[in-house]
Parts: sequence; C-alpha cells; structure tokens
Amino acid sequence: MSEAAVKSKTVLFSVTRQDSPDSAPYQEEFEVEYRPNMNVISALMEIRRNPVNTKGEHTTPINWDMNCLEEVCGACSMIINGKPRQSCTALIDQLEQPIRLEPMRTFPVVRDLQVDRSRMFDSLKKVKAWIPIDGTYDLGPGPRMPEKKRQWAYELSKCMTCGVCLEACPNVNSKSDFIGPAPVSQVRLFNSHPTGEMNKAERLEELMGDGGLANCGNSQNCVQSCPKGIPLTTSIAALNRDTTLQSFKNFFGSDRV
Amino acid sequence: MAGNREFFNRKLHSLLGVIPVGVFLIQHLVVNHFATRGEEAFNSASHFMESLPFRYFLEIFIIFLPLLYHAIYGLYIAFTAKNNTTKYGYFRNWMFYLQRITGVVTLIFVVWHVWETRIAAALGADVNYQMMADILANPFMLVFYIVGVLSAIFHFANGLWSFMVSWGITVSPRSQVISTYVTLGVFVALSIVGIRAIFAFV
Repeated sequence: MSEAAVKSKTVLFSVTRQDSPDSAPYQEEFEVEYRPNMNVISALMEIRRNPVNTKGEHTTPINWDMNCLEEVCGACSMIINGKPRQSCTALIDQLEQPIRLEPMRTFPVVRDLQVDRSRMFDSLKKVKAWIPIDGTYDLGPGPRMPEKKRQWAYELSKCMTCGVCLEACPNVNSKSDFIGPAPVSQVRLFNSHPTGEMNKAERLEELMGDGGLANCGNSQNCVQSCPKGIPLTTSIAALNRDTTLQSFKNFFGSDRV
Repeated sequence: MAGNREFFNRKLHSLLGVIPVGVFLIQHLVVNHFATRGEEAFNSASHFMESLPFRYFLEIFIIFLPLLYHAIYGLYIAFTAKNNTTKYGYFRNWMFYLQRITGVVTLIFVVWHVWETRIAAALGADVNYQMMADILANPFMLVFYIVGVLSAIFHFANGLWSFMVSWGITVSPRSQVISTYVTLGVFVALSIVGIRAIFAFV
C-alpha cells in the first residue's frame, strides 16, 4: 500500500477519453475515494456512479470493456501507466499516481477506453485456429496426446486474445498488416494437437500469406508483455521453422500435405 | 510459393543479408586488415581482389544485386516499424531499433563509400593504400568511416541473430540467448578487425 494513497485517501486518475471513433481524444482527471484492495475497474465503476471530474464538472461516465474480472477473458485490456494490461488485475495499491488510463490505440477506439479487437478474432478465423472434427458419421476417438506435450500446449491455450502483445509489437501498426503474435501462437497450439495436426499445412499456408509470420521483426516485446506468460517468441521461432520447411516442401516436394 | 510473395521476399532479405552480403563484409574487412602490415601488403591484396577472374560477374551477382535488394527492401521494413523503445525498453526491442538505425546508417555509408572508391575506380582513379590514407586524413571522414564500419558490423552481427530466428534455427529461448552472446562476440571480433584496418591508414 503506497503511503500517498493512505494519507490523501483518494486516488487520482488521468483518463484519455474519446467520444466517438472519429472524434479527437482529450484528457480528463478524476478523483476517487480510496478503498482497500481497489483495482482499476472498481475505481472506474466508482467514477461511473458519480461522473464528476476534478474540476467539479458533471461529465459522461467513462466507457470501458470488461467481462470476467479475473484475467481470463482479455476484454478489459487498456494502457495503464504506459503499459498495456488488464484493468481487472491492476491493483491501485501497486500503481503510481496519477494513474494514467489510455485505450490500446493499435485497435480502433470505439469510445473512451473501449477498443474493437475484431481483427484478432478475424485472424483466428484466418489461421483456422480450431480442430475440425465434424463429420456425417462418428469419426471415432482421435489419436492420443503425450502428457508432456499436453502440458506445454496447455500454456499456449491460456491465450485470451486480450491484444496486449499486438499493442506492444512495433510491427503491428497502421503502416503494416502484420497478423501479430497471438494468432501465431494459436497455430502452434492447434498444430501440436494430434488431430489438429492433420490440417497443419493449411494453417501454415495462412501464416505464409501476406501480413503473415515473416513480418515479425524479433523485437520480442510480445513475450515480455504477455499477461499469461505465454512463450510467444518460442512459438514464433518454432513456426518460422515449420513455415520454412513447408515452403521447401511446397517448392521441391510433390505431396501437398 | 508464387502466392506467398511477401513470405519469399522477407526470407530472401534475411538470407541475402548473411549470404552473400555478410560473407562479403567479412572478406572485405579481412582484406582491409592487410593495411596493418603496411602499404605494400594492402596494395598487393587489393590488387589480387581486383584481378580476380570474372570480376564484373562476381561484383554484380555477389555484391551489388544482393546488396541493392537487401537495402531497398530493408528500408521498406525499417519504415513500416513503429519503434517503441521508450515504452518498452527491453534489450531485444533496443536491438530491433538499433538494427533499423544501423541499417540506414550503413546504407548511407555504403553509398558514399561505393561512390568514393568503386565508382571513382570506374572513372579512372587508382584504388590503393594512398587513396584511403588521403580520405582518412580528414578527421570528419575518419569519424564517418568508423561509424559506418561499426554500423555495418553491428547490423551484420545482430542480423545473424535474427536470421537464425527467422529461418527457425534457434527456436528455444536458451539457444536464442546463447546466439545473442555468440553474435555479440562476432560484433566485437569484427569491430577489432575493422577499426584496426582504419587506423592503419591514419
């Protein structure tokens, strides 16, 4: 618990707000009464209850996205004191004040702190981040997965599509159409699954398309920023190997698998 | 492969930086190092390089075309990045940024260097020890050459690291850490060779 927070008994927020997707952003400051164990979301809820800024003006409540409140859904990501992270696990006691809240501008801003992460879900569709098991008849049990492999694959499955890795990546921006680290790691997850492996080449081909994996510049910000500690750069390097081999197969080989 | 133009371009860019451009860089630095053995040794070494058979073929296909491709596509890559080292001051992010800065610096240096030596040679100047000694007698040019050579070596050494990642050679975090040290060693070793050669002319 920081001493300043205890003494003043209030928490100061500086929020970057934006009224509509196309309007200009502006700053607004808010002061909230301190409560123990407060996080950024509970403070935002407090502001919403009584949306008055530090100048005493009555304003609109701040817009933000949230869902699970336990850092598994990824919806409440925003930039808190300069770093992208989930606001549900951003504890006030551990933050320097004034707490600066900004939207993740890598994504289109919908309003205030709320962004549209559609591109990530589109990417998951693009790379076929699923295992096709539907058929017109019972396909029977699939091949078994070694326990060791399951353990590390589970780490990859923790991705919540929160967008922090894309926000941190210098190659994901308006000048480039790089798909970003998260969907790459999902390709590794589904390619490592014994049934998913049957469609391995299809996913690799997508990663070899325009805006694909080759756009990675190895700044490795993603692995440093991932709130779930997913080994994103290992996934990227592993898929660099897989796509390299796939390109050799495509060019020199005869079977298109 | 035809459908994956960008994939092919990127991979080719990464490969050409090492082979042949990187290999040429090492060869060039090694030949320069003859200057530390005196004027005559340097002149005979550079004369040997000049009189290699198929000289124009070698120059065009081993040096100029790969270099041109690497430079132009590299500029495009450098300017599509949105550098963010102030926000994310991690080691690799700095290397990413420095790779782009040194790439641009190296390009400026190489263009000047080719103009001053190879184009000058085509126009009739004699490229020899004396020419370099005259150029490096100017303190501004001396600094420019040191910065240019160090940029080129850094860009090569760090590029070697990312080449190994981009081609899927170093996948595990541990192999990437070890290759960081190895390429750091490459940078230091080649820098000694390059700087010693420059000061041999002064």
